[in-house]
Amino acid sequence: MTSTDHIGQSHRRENALRHLAGRGRFVTDLALPRMVHAAFVRSPMAKGKIVELDVSAAAEAPGVVRVFTAETLNPICAPWTGTLDHFAGMKSAPQNMLAEGQVLWAGHPVAMILAHSRAEAEDACELVLLDIEDEEAVVDGDAALVEGTPLVSEGIDSNLCFRTVLETPGLDEAFANAAHVVEDSFTFGRHTAVTLEPRAVVADFDPSTGQLTVHHGTQTPYQFQDVYAHQFGLPDNKVRVIAPDVGGSFGMKLHVYNEEMAVVAASLKLGRPVRFVADRLESFVSDVHARDHRVSARMAMDAQGTILAMDVDDMTQIGAISTYPRTSVAEGNQVIRLMGAPYTMPDYRGRLSVVFQNKVQTSQYRAVGHPIACAVTEALVDRAAEQLDLDPIEIRQRNLVADDAYPHVSATGYQFEKLSHHAALAKLREIMGYDALRAEQAELRKQGIYRGIGIASFVEITNPGAAFYGVGGARVSAQDGAIVRLTPSGEVHCAISVTEQGQGTETIIAQVVADQLGVTPDQVKVTTGDTDTTPSGGATWACRGAGIGGETALRAGRRLQAQILAIAGAVLQAEPATLALAGGTVVDKATGKERITLAEIGRIATYRPDTLPEGCDNSLTAVQHFAPTGYPFDFTNGIQASHVEVDIETGVTRLLKHWVVEDCGRIINPLLVDEQIRGGVVQGLGPAFFEECMYDDMGQMTNASLADYLVPMAGEMPDIEIAHIETPTLDTILGAKGVGEAGTAAAGAAAMNAVNDALRPMGARISQTPMTPLRILTALGHV
Amino acid sequence: MKADITLTVNGEAVRETVEPRTSLADLLRDNLRLTGTHLGCEMGACGACLVMLDGVAVHACLVLAVQADGQKVETIEGLNDSGLIKDLQETFHDRNALQCGFCTNGMLMSAYALLAGNSDPSRDEIRDALSGNYCRCTGYEAIVDAISAAADHRLNKAKGAQ
Repeated sequence: MTSTDHIGQSHRRENALRHLAGRGRFVTDLALPRMVHAAFVRSPMAKGKIVELDVSAAAEAPGVVRVFTAETLNPICAPWTGTLDHFAGMKSAPQNMLAEGQVLWAGHPVAMILAHSRAEAEDACELVLLDIEDEEAVVDGDAALVEGTPLVSEGIDSNLCFRTVLETPGLDEAFANAAHVVEDSFTFGRHTAVTLEPRAVVADFDPSTGQLTVHHGTQTPYQFQDVYAHQFGLPDNKVRVIAPDVGGSFGMKLHVYNEEMAVVAASLKLGRPVRFVADRLESFVSDVHARDHRVSARMAMDAQGTILAMDVDDMTQIGAISTYPRTSVAEGNQVIRLMGAPYTMPDYRGRLSVVFQNKVQTSQYRAVGHPIACAVTEALVDRAAEQLDLDPIEIRQRNLVADDAYPHVSATGYQFEKLSHHAALAKLREIMGYDALRAEQAELRKQGIYRGIGIASFVEITNPGAAFYGVGGARVSAQDGAIVRLTPSGEVHCAISVTEQGQGTETIIAQVVADQLGVTPDQVKVTTGDTDTTPSGGATWACRGAGIGGETALRAGRRLQAQILAIAGAVLQAEPATLALAGGTVVDKATGKERITLAEIGRIATYRPDTLPEGCDNSLTAVQHFAPTGYPFDFTNGIQASHVEVDIETGVTRLLKHWVVEDCGRIINPLLVDEQIRGGVVQGLGPAFFEECMYDDMGQMTNASLADYLVPMAGEMPDIEIAHIETPTLDTILGAKGVGEAGTAAAGAAAMNAVNDALRPMGARISQTPMTPLRILTALGHV
Repeated sequence: MKADITLTVNGEAVRETVEPRTSLADLLRDNLRLTGTHLGCEMGACGACLVMLDGVAVHACLVLAVQADGQKVETIEGLNDSGLIKDLQETFHDRNALQCGFCTNGMLMSAYALLAGNSDPSRDEIRDALSGNYCRCTGYEAIVDAISAAADHRLNKAKGAQ
């Protein structure tokens, strides 16, 4: 008998209390004895050859401890190359910490200065003589592929990183027989994570013991333990990575960066702690950027509006070098595989070209690929509805995969266990008051007020197994591990490999463990983010904390439950199968009557194991690892709606309201799930309306500050109403799937459809993000 | 050419010798180790470094430490210890109005300053008051809800006292 009292409840986060008291523990807060501060001299040009690099004056500057260049630092680190075997034919240049001979983007680190304070290190950067012979930068992806264009970097033979095509045999016939074909070209801007805490690392090598400890603001500490061990030739048990409180990550902080590697290298060289915290300008020119796609797409339909096929060509621009260890191809790969995913569409062709240019790398960021695939698909569905004079709800009802038609395989080969598109659509229509909104829209148009309603169905990839990266050779763990123990006083401790960045991981793990052991979540202390004290695992990426981490915790909890019941059985001379755990005690399973407390079990097993029968195992610690099996991914689904008002004189869009219906399987904590969705929605609306890394034609980022790069703020964001469908996965006991990407996946798509719905009476249309006032006015023909 | 300054931080007298370029944020974080004040942009755009300076919410990254000479500074640590924001802390906790926690200091400062001057703010007024506070995690709605709930609690309490 397992209590389910706490799974499904809105428990508050205990770790939130520290932050509310000003007692967060971020890497940026850390100051260690003997610590020095790092600053980097960066390339001011997007591409060029280093002709001269003289650091002698900087080395003599006040407070400076050491200056490193590629020549003095790179040899202790093995180069890394961001390619994976399952992306056949992909290529990328090898990388190392400081630029060797050639600079590849504006911001590329060239020299590292270590000083007693960051201010002194920055002062010394000014004294470095860096002479770069400017070379023609490749700044545009289409131009990069034109013959005769210079190569983005040495070590590659063309500017094409990767190309692939997915195609069903019936594609051409589907288009030939179509009654209607709609098509468009889309541009999705380049944006970036802008975590409020920038990237931060403090590396601390102790030469006396050979121990390297790296305090690293990351979501994947085990991955970095492995990276540091391998690249610097250290045994991994001598590398400890600690990720304490992390001020936002969203995928951006799981990539290998030059600066973090250089900080570790410098600590190895100096034998003292080295700190680097990116300032905001450095964040903009060195954190990975995201998206940057140009997509041409067409959709074929029969006379009734049944979707027959999509034909998609995506060109994505990834900067100078593919990221390590996950590559910069995964985003585009997911774009072409998620196209049309909610629909019964039988045929498909998706072409992907991943292209280098001399800009900051792009790579995985929240909802990898989803927003692009969703926006293209949903825009074409709306276009089709318009052409067939169908309501956007009606065309989706005709095409969404039926809720009783699972398992289903998409035209792109994704296997769906069970989704709930129609139930979600029906619920959305109800909660948003769709019909009333349409009536209001028609009324307001007569008054010259242009409101729009946009809908977007989506599918989200969660609970990934090794198919994501491991099969391609990446040392990225797809399994997780937990250690659950009963303390001598009968409390519970769980050390687990999934990590916390504020989404509530520790809280849901406590809830899951509590229910296996018959205690309350506040009796379960959860430890995360330290490779020395928790088992190795994938941690947090691609939506796996609840689904995989939760299942790991559940199984570990059950294992400990069995051990406790075995000891209790021995003490009570009862069959363990007749006992259960509830209310902090061992109870008689049939009557619920208390037999012995957990505190008493802890006491006996710890202090008086001699009183246990001979051969009775007194272990009160259980270890469990779990790797997902069954479906390669647990897909989730949902639908979003956006309600906007466009001022056709100024081009300004006001976001009036947003709705989400989401199915993430079994919900462990409704409060936390809803806030994941809300945060995700706003992270999708940001790049739909505001966020864009602007570059000039020399490859300079021209808005690299928080005054110039617009992020979504409270005043512009709408209230977001959320409802749920619950379709648990049968692949696990827990039945939970992920929810972290859901909001971001479709918010922009819904918003673009809403803006175009508002613009429809003027015959205008926009298919570029962000949808700035200027672009909307351009679409309206006003500028 | 460092400067001697004296100021009151969270009720405690502080005497420090600082470089003229040292910001109030760096003084608080690096010298006094009051790390609840965060730095997100160092140009007054994100609000993570807000502190109360003589009763006014200011960006500690835009104030030089020497400018704070002779003044009273309240940081999140001080407001926490004083109990003045206990209700806001509770409503933020109840409503899960924070995720990573990096913006939370600034959100609480803005909320504290707002409610000091407006006991019954509308949702739009709350959103306006947060116009200089960037949060990447929550989407803001929970923060608006939490501030609104704290305002309601204060109003109800005031009514109850009449």
